[in-house]
Amino acid sequence: MLSAESLAKIDRELAKYPADQARSAVMGALRIALTERREKGATPEERCLNSEVIEFVANYIGIAPVAAYEVATFYNMYDMKPVGKHKITVCTNLPCALRGGMNAAEYIGKKLGIHLGETTADGKFTLLEGECMGACGDAPVLLVNNHSMCSFMTPEAIDKKLAELE
Amino acid sequence: MAIFVKGVIFEGVDTTAPDCWHIDAYMARGGYQALKKILDNKMPQEDVIAEVKNSGLRGRGGAGFPTGLKWSFMPRSFPGDKYVVCNTDEGEPGTFKDRDILLYNPHALIEGMIIAGYAMGCKAGYNYIHGEIFEAYELFEAALDEARKAGFLGQNILGTDFSFDLFAHHGYGAYICGEETALLESLEGKKGQPRFKPPFPASFGLYGKPTTINNTESFASVPFIIRDGGQKFLEAGKPNNGGTKLFSISGHVNRPGNYEIPLGTPFATLLEMAGGMKDGKKLKAVIPGGSSAPVLPGEVMMELTMDYDSIAKAGSMLGSGAVIVMNEDVCMVKALERLAYFYHEESCGQCTPCREGTGWLYKVIHRIANGEGREGDLELLESVGNNMAGRTICALADAAVFPVRSFTKHFRHEFEHLIEHKKSLVDHKWC
Amino acid sequence: MLEIEIDGKKLTVNQGSTVMDAAHAAGTYIPHFCYHKKLSIAANCRMCLVEVEKAPKPLPACATPVTDGMKVYTASPLAKKAQAGVMEFLLINHPLDCPICDQGGECQLQDLAVGYGNSASRYQEEKRVVVGKDMGPLVSAEEMSRCIHCTRCVRFTEEIGGFQEIGMANRSEFSEIMPFLGKTVDSEISGNVIDLCPVGALTSKPFRYSTRAWELSRRKSVSPHDGLGANLIVQVKQNEVMRVLPLENEAINECWLSDRDRFAYEGLNSAERLQKPMIKFDGKWHETDWQTALEYVVKGLNGVSADHGKDAIGFLLSPHSTTEELYLAQKLARAFGVNNVDAALRRSDTRVAKQQQGALWLGSSIVELAASKSILVVGATQRSEQPLLASRLRQSVKKGSQLNVIHVADDELFTSLNAKLIVAPQQLVNALAQVLKAVVTAKAGETAIDLAAANVSAEAQAIADSLCAADSASIVLGNVAQNHPAFSELLALAQEIARLTGARFGIAAAAANTVGADVAGANPVRGAFGQNVTAGLSAAEMLAAPRKAYVLLNNEVEADSYNGQQAVAAMKQAATVIALTAYKGAGLLDYADVLLPIAPFSETAGSFINMEGKLQSFNGVVRPLGETRPAWKVLRVLGNMLSLNGFEQNSCEEVRAELLALGDIAAQLNNGQSVLAANVAAGNGELVRVGDVPLYHADPICRRADSLQQTAAAAVPQLQLNPADAERLGLQDGQAVTVAQGAAEVSLQLRTDAALAQGAARVAAAHPATVALGGLFEPIQIKRG
Repeated sequence: MLSAESLAKIDRELAKYPADQARSAVMGALRIALTERREKGATPEERCLNSEVIEFVANYIGIAPVAAYEVATFYNMYDMKPVGKHKITVCTNLPCALRGGMNAAEYIGKKLGIHLGETTADGKFTLLEGECMGACGDAPVLLVNNHSMCSFMTPEAIDKKLAELE
Repeated sequence: MAIFVKGVIFEGVDTTAPDCWHIDAYMARGGYQALKKILDNKMPQEDVIAEVKNSGLRGRGGAGFPTGLKWSFMPRSFPGDKYVVCNTDEGEPGTFKDRDILLYNPHALIEGMIIAGYAMGCKAGYNYIHGEIFEAYELFEAALDEARKAGFLGQNILGTDFSFDLFAHHGYGAYICGEETALLESLEGKKGQPRFKPPFPASFGLYGKPTTINNTESFASVPFIIRDGGQKFLEAGKPNNGGTKLFSISGHVNRPGNYEIPLGTPFATLLEMAGGMKDGKKLKAVIPGGSSAPVLPGEVMMELTMDYDSIAKAGSMLGSGAVIVMNEDVCMVKALERLAYFYHEESCGQCTPCREGTGWLYKVIHRIANGEGREGDLELLESVGNNMAGRTICALADAAVFPVRSFTKHFRHEFEHLIEHKKSLVDHKWC
Repeated sequence: MLEIEIDGKKLTVNQGSTVMDAAHAAGTYIPHFCYHKKLSIAANCRMCLVEVEKAPKPLPACATPVTDGMKVYTASPLAKKAQAGVMEFLLINHPLDCPICDQGGECQLQDLAVGYGNSASRYQEEKRVVVGKDMGPLVSAEEMSRCIHCTRCVRFTEEIGGFQEIGMANRSEFSEIMPFLGKTVDSEISGNVIDLCPVGALTSKPFRYSTRAWELSRRKSVSPHDGLGANLIVQVKQNEVMRVLPLENEAINECWLSDRDRFAYEGLNSAERLQKPMIKFDGKWHETDWQTALEYVVKGLNGVSADHGKDAIGFLLSPHSTTEELYLAQKLARAFGVNNVDAALRRSDTRVAKQQQGALWLGSSIVELAASKSILVVGATQRSEQPLLASRLRQSVKKGSQLNVIHVADDELFTSLNAKLIVAPQQLVNALAQVLKAVVTAKAGETAIDLAAANVSAEAQAIADSLCAADSASIVLGNVAQNHPAFSELLALAQEIARLTGARFGIAAAAANTVGADVAGANPVRGAFGQNVTAGLSAAEMLAAPRKAYVLLNNEVEADSYNGQQAVAAMKQAATVIALTAYKGAGLLDYADVLLPIAPFSETAGSFINMEGKLQSFNGVVRPLGETRPAWKVLRVLGNMLSLNGFEQNSCEEVRAELLALGDIAAQLNNGQSVLAANVAAGNGELVRVGDVPLYHADPICRRADSLQQTAAAAVPQLQLNPADAERLGLQDGQAVTVAQGAAEVSLQLRTDAALAQGAARVAAAHPATVALGGLFEPIQIKRG
């Protein structure tokens, strides 16, 4: 289900916690599983978490599958729905909105021809609205594929970023 | 990001230098001397805690609870494992200081946590890092490796009988995990649903063991306090408000960023440091302590100093030191609508008043903002808010209600106008 | 002790009590939804907010610890405002579908809304819609918009069921209660979530939409399915059992029921119910009247008796029958001159009856067992045998007891074990002997049993250490041990371990009246209350050496015997088979000659003696179906027709009084064995069948409960083998295999399972797919394809 590299990463997460507290590693394990699917998935459906991979992770950690599912659905960075090759999350919370967060989201949407929450027809981009990323001073900020934060995203910077991601 | 004014944490840190976060750079600026001082002198645990108490350091996460006092709550004689946990789940809208500590000065935090572990007899610590700042998490992991290699973490630190290890735990997108017991639940691999207190973490924390949780900035202040003395830290601020404090300024100013300044600095001075209002627009409103703090009209803010007591007296909170500045173009209904949406999204869902109330508040405010407000809506908002605040396990419900109360109090005419005329009094522009 | 005042009422409560506990003690009701005395405290519904003096805000009574001098106001303006506020929040998204909701009339939300809610809603926004979930054939989760997120169901599966099968996914108002994607809720005690759900979100799938709660009458009864003796409330409408709920009894079932106790009632209304006497002649079945049928029976018994003697007749009685029925049946047999009487139908060890000195029982009360600091369970498929006992032991472990297991498979018990010895059936005796040997050494004691062949393993040592160290310990032999050919060895070894360690020992009775059968004399060697009788043949002996006539009480020999194949062959060669039965099952129709319709437990008065020796009596809750008669009446009339003395009873109570006048039940309970010899050598390496009884095939009633039969636990048994055995035999997981015992072969799917001991071949008993096979713990052959 997961690559040896991912399993080794999950093992490193497990090593952080006491042996009888393996459950602590479920967040890291789900992140690692999602990252592998994002990198390897050929279609939006293959890039998100599904019941098989959640059950696999739960069994690997040794917790009830529904407990892992609770975690996967509680934290909003785990993609539970099909997602494009590049997931762009724009912070539109108040401090960011005051510095162009809303405008950035609108600009990207227009450029990609999609609304917030949608994926482009070619499966390349998904555009989401995010909540506070803890980087309000850098607004507008957007997060690419959960792990890469882009600051001061003026229209020019957005054009450049989208071109890079193409 | 930028740190425009530096105090106890960032003094000497060249944030423009890519290497500034490394252990060598940290040690060159006097890093790990506090830890060495403690270990070399076999400093008694009580003395370390006393020094922190003397410093007047108050929790930088928002509640402002005296840090030394919190440390003294840990049961000293408890025979089993104890934990020290750092809260870097920085997701309060307007707050962005802790990320800079991880990016530019992570070893200050690491050293502060090791000292805390020493003072409270903990064998391990965890730093819970906000989900969206993965790069900061990875960098912090690298800093931990450096500290381990240098012998500051692990078994028999610097050849003494003191052992302590520290790990990073990465969140994945839930504001509520900034609440300390939700953070503990999350650290245990569960949903971040706050726990009912009592019992408090000091007796029943991580894995049911005594646990002390502090904010990143609080821990990062500790090396200075131990190295240079609590008195010096205290003197950097004002009585009962020791030290410098990181203020994150966002919104309509010319230079948004972090400012590490003495507590008690006038807001007007801080605004000036931040380059003043963007485009020369008029200051309309300020949220002085992160989105959960009550909003204050600009003219009230201009009279205040930036410390716990002054802001509290004006009816708001210093909170995490997140200052959100809004100019005259902002429709306050729109601004509140966005905040209400946030709390609705982020409620953990366990307590009835919050799960149901945050949605109700948002839906009513959303209606008003869209010109579908009805007579009685403001009274309804107040009543629903009253049924939420103070009725739940954690303070998220209160945090959702404070903005509603303060926005509708200070800018009531904007709400009334929108309800009556179905359009905003302000020609709203976000920026 | 703490002094506290609730609404002006002063009382003293224990340190550590919550305000809710104190309110209960004071008789003050505080409204609540998420709080449940058996579950962890969630404090999430917030309905129990009360005012506490000096507290700045209302506090949840369920989670707030009492402090000395605390003054609580449960109905002050502040408390009431808080409670009303919460009620409003609970209702804003709750559908107004009470008229069509199954919970209507017994809904906590509905009840409390009357007291704490407003008549009109201030909520003018759109209500939330939550899609239904599939939790399986027992629990309906179709109307999840009604859910108030109290998480009782989640906590139940995790804390009482032992495995979290239900979760609350998502967050904020989008939180949803659900099982894991694509999974059903398979716990053997899942139905309790229906009782726990304070609204109509989780309802009973078999019951829903059948009637209104207020149209039902509530009658007390006792579960006839396992030896625990769970107390029931049977709900009845128009002479039909519509639903079964728990009757709280802290000493037995607490406030829970197993799904078998709860849903087996569907079998009472089965189309297979026999409603009229039937006689087979010319190879065909004919309905007849009672007089004709009973005359036929009398003629049959007299005929066989005249032609072959009384010893040619055997009485096979069910341990699921009532004490009164069993007493009268054995009395009738013995008065008629038949000594072959037994109710231990699945027991293979014929020595036990000859060695026992009383009624075999648990050796303690259920509460005492659960409170033991060290518990050793030998040969038990715990979660199928007595689901609630397994759950209770799980709670014991949480409270610090050490649970040890010797068994043929490392079955998932959802608890942590102190030590376990997992061995093939032919090594069970050796395994227990290892423990005895370690105990003998630890205690520097002696035993008459030759333990030379036992080599103490580390696990056996750990079990012995646990038993020796505990200030209270219990050893319990389960159903697998009781049906095992070496049951007497296991009993003897347990007796010795108990003697040396001071532990209690006993059996976990499989059937509702296993203990009652011994007390009532449904035993080939001992009469009622141990009266001296001429020894007869045990069930296994009656079938191994076939009789000319059999009288069957409330059982189907193919499923309820140790060796179904042998039992059916014995029936078929008999001149006559007389069955007193509630069902016209396919087996009985095949091999019986006369079927007399008798009442199941719900249609007759009676009593069961549970595993701890407690007699629990009950009345019929509905009238007998059709021409069905209570078995005690049928036996009484037969006694009269056979011209026997002592069959003048006019009521079930009279039968019971006659029986109980013979002695004291407590004095009958005795697990002592008169013989303590045991060959403890480990068996050979051949594959031996593990024929445990599946959860929902234990008795004729539950075998006919449709909804239970749709569960995963009722699926067609697979052949389970340890992967090493499968590899040795060249078999692949999932492949079709043929298993053979004696003359019979059946085709099953192979599942390899590392939990199974090597040398064990698990093929469950009592299922239609496997009844053709032979002995439950006998060698079995496996063929490919």
